[in-house]
Amino acid sequence: MLLPRVIPCLDVKNGRVVKGVNFQGLRDAGDPVELAAAYADQNADELVILDVSATPEGRGHALEVVRAVREVLPLPLTVGGGVREVADAEALLEAGADKVATNTAAVARPALLDELAGRFGCQCTILALDAARSGDGWEVVVRSGRDRTGRDALAWAVEAVDRGAGEILLTSWDRDGTGSGYDLELLAAMRDAVGVPIIASGGADGPGHMAEALAAGADAVLAATIFHDGHTTVADLKAELAGLGVEVRR
Amino acid sequence: MSEVVLLRTGTANLASVAAALRRAGAEVRLSDSADDAAGAERLVLPGVGAFGAVVEQIDALGLRSSLVERITAGRPTLAICLGLQVLAAGSEESPGADGLGVIPAKATALPPDVRSPQLGWNRVTASSRCNLLCDGVAYYANSYKLDAIPDGWDGALTDHGGRFVAAVERGPVLACQFHPELSGAWGQGLVERWLEAV
Repeated sequence: MLLPRVIPCLDVKNGRVVKGVNFQGLRDAGDPVELAAAYADQNADELVILDVSATPEGRGHALEVVRAVREVLPLPLTVGGGVREVADAEALLEAGADKVATNTAAVARPALLDELAGRFGCQCTILALDAARSGDGWEVVVRSGRDRTGRDALAWAVEAVDRGAGEILLTSWDRDGTGSGYDLELLAAMRDAVGVPIIASGGADGPGHMAEALAAGADAVLAATIFHDGHTTVADLKAELAGLGVEVRR
Repeated sequence: MSEVVLLRTGTANLASVAAALRRAGAEVRLSDSADDAAGAERLVLPGVGAFGAVVEQIDALGLRSSLVERITAGRPTLAICLGLQVLAAGSEESPGADGLGVIPAKATALPPDVRSPQLGWNRVTASSRCNLLCDGVAYYANSYKLDAIPDGWDGALTDHGGRFVAAVERGPVLACQFHPELSGAWGQGLVERWLEAV
């Protein structure tokens, strides 16, 4: 039986972690390497790094971050941000990523997914899908939520899986940053739509939200703020999940 | 500490494997030469991608006989993920492509009623005869599998829509369906035991 994954996410810009990190005991709270090692010690199941740099120089720093994190991290590492071509993914994989996530570029040019899966395998090809509620369903949003595409999120996920995406990192744009819980209806609808693993993202404020998301069909739960702010550790959160009846790796 | 040759057979997560070996104290050298495949004291055969593409690359580099000989002779070798499946005679993934045939079996697809690829943490249940493997939880990324521990090998099983091979070992030859390099402290321990295995 597959155990659900608890995944901290680091937003990295120009080589530094940018979402408010407030860990006790870190020499440098903005150092992605120190944070990655701390999360590994806490029994995180995977790490996601999203490069939010806007410039080519920033992207170069991201490769350095991936290389340095790889040296200390004995866990799967997924990296997203700025993957537009096979060569971008290849550079990240060579630097030490195990999986690459693509978002806006795949919406603009869906064949990118075929190319990535054909070259690196579907287990390496992650679709990051940002969805916002729209009418009775959800639409795809891109460019960090700045653009609504009008495209049905479930239909896009089905197409992406058909093209080779092996996993979906599904962020609820309505819930992200609210702490009000994952969008469970979105998760359940996505679970019905696709057979690949789903990472739930956006809205978690604690183990209760994570247990709900896993029950709704997620295979993994991602969070940033609740780990970065130092109020809980991954290990404590997993202990609480276990208390809620969720079997986790301890 | 001994040098480990990490075989570059195409698109594998070489950086992750190399980092895990370095954390365990090994010196790592990347190579795609048949001389190294035959002569390396310790060899790692990583594997990510498609079965057919990897065996094609093995043949293009002229590595086939070196790999078969060293594994048959029981020289220290670690095969990971697709590296395990490549030891088999073939795979449903790439009909017509010949594996190394060290294990007389064919890799089969995960059943249609479970999540595939299997991406995530699952159990490893080791036979008591294993020297390197022990019970634990490991990270897997696979759509295909070997169904049974072959005669002459010891091994561990896992379960995802039915039981299948998590890993096999024979002396210092260790082949894992899971990724020890991504399996936390448990996986790191396995890498360390393999580096000591003779």
